Amino acid sequence: MTASRPTTTSAATRLLGGAAFLALVTTVVLGLGLPPTTEQGDYVKLIAIHPPLAWAAYLSFGVTALASLAYLVPKTRSRAWDHLAGASAEVGVVFTALTLATGSIWGRPTWGVWWVWDARLTLTALLLFLFLGYLALRRTGGHPDTNAKRSAIAALLAVLVVPINHYAVEWWRTLHQRQSLTLTPQENLDGNYIAVMLLGFLAITLTYGWLTLHRYRIERRLDQTAGQSLEAAIAERRAEVPA
Amino acid sequence: MWRDAALVAGKDLRIEARSRVATNQIAPFGVLVLVLFAFALDPDRGVLQRAAPGLFWVAVLFASLLAVQRSFAVESADQARDGLRLSGLDPAGIFLGKAGAVALQLLALELLLGVFVVLLYDAELHQGVILAVTIAAATAGLASAGVVYGMLAAGLRVRETLLPLLLLPVVAPVLLGATRATEAALDIAPAADAWPWVRLLGVFAVIYTTFGVLAFGTLLEEA
Repeated sequence: MTASRPTTTSAATRLLGGAAFLALVTTVVLGLGLPPTTEQGDYVKLIAIHPPLAWAAYLSFGVTALASLAYLVPKTRSRAWDHLAGASAEVGVVFTALTLATGSIWGRPTWGVWWVWDARLTLTALLLFLFLGYLALRRTGGHPDTNAKRSAIAALLAVLVVPINHYAVEWWRTLHQRQSLTLTPQENLDGNYIAVMLLGFLAITLTYGWLTLHRYRIERRLDQTAGQSLEAAIAERRAEVPA
Repeated sequence: MWRDAALVAGKDLRIEARSRVATNQIAPFGVLVLVLFAFALDPDRGVLQRAAPGLFWVAVLFASLLAVQRSFAVESADQARDGLRLSGLDPAGIFLGKAGAVALQLLALELLLGVFVVLLYDAELHQGVILAVTIAAATAGLASAGVVYGMLAAGLRVRETLLPLLLLPVVAPVLLGATRATEAALDIAPAADAWPWVRLLGVFAVIYTTFGVLAFGTLLEEA
């Protein structure tokens, strides 16, 4: 039907993708080149990637919340906000899972176990489930406007519960067990580590932006084709009737 | 609003009294969960007694999922939800009525499960006031959050499988807070530790009840 192959790319996203790729490669190369420390050995190199991933996870859910809010406010209501909310949440789930995975890999040699019931870890895990639920709700179909509104409410509800969850797990681990783990390395890391970590923040943030933009365009195209296929089917049936 | 709430709550409770789903299905399920915990954990070494508060609230949580689904299942047939929408009742009243009915059923269930926790797990109640306040706050929170999410999922084909995934991470702080406060009530933890948790439960209940009162009209329209 359409002459050109449908694509989600543009000159700007190509540039963004290139920049993200370049920053990621530099982060990986410099990160792997960081000298091992006496306390953590080679695992300290994860500092280049783990904190940036966690930041991107929280950033993406923040974007989902704001976009959902923008959708719910009648003045700014547009399907575009719904697409952005969904795209950002999907990328966010991936980054949250990666945060937990890299954290576990880092935690194994540092704490001796894959998982500790630290407040921050527990909260991140809960966040993952909250947004998996949100994504599942988005996929339930129905009228696009109904679905968008329902999803926006669910996203805001999920964000609403985050501070409560935060206090709950924080108290759980401090008030009850009186044991708290410091997630930051004990030793004073010199500027090299911090510099690579900051580069990691840039790289992951660019990657987030790039992935989200593409995902957003896919959502928009899906939305357009949903209407198109119905119109096409109607036109086809009409054509069958002899004039 | 309150009159509408009483009407809706009366309707839901009357349906439960006649259909006996809550008493014949949900309550036995809750007790069964308590029995299964004894199989999963070692009953001989005091594990059950120590873990009793948490196991109790997990059983309540599972049963409350069923209660919430039931609360919306009664309106899925014969376009009863459309009837409710067109009835002219205040949406805030409908929310409070449904949440109230669920809360009353949960209270009865908690009483029953509490008896079985004492019988099966050898738990001893020391601080009755703490337990009463905890149960009141936790039940209000579970019922209001449950009805909000129940409504959100009500019209969907996948509601049975979706609701647990939506609701359980949200009520995680209720499980945490209620368990800690109940530990204090059973003298497993110091009594003074209970109050911050009770406050957290209270805040949770207030937030979700407020949200339900304000947003239930929108949710009802979209379902």
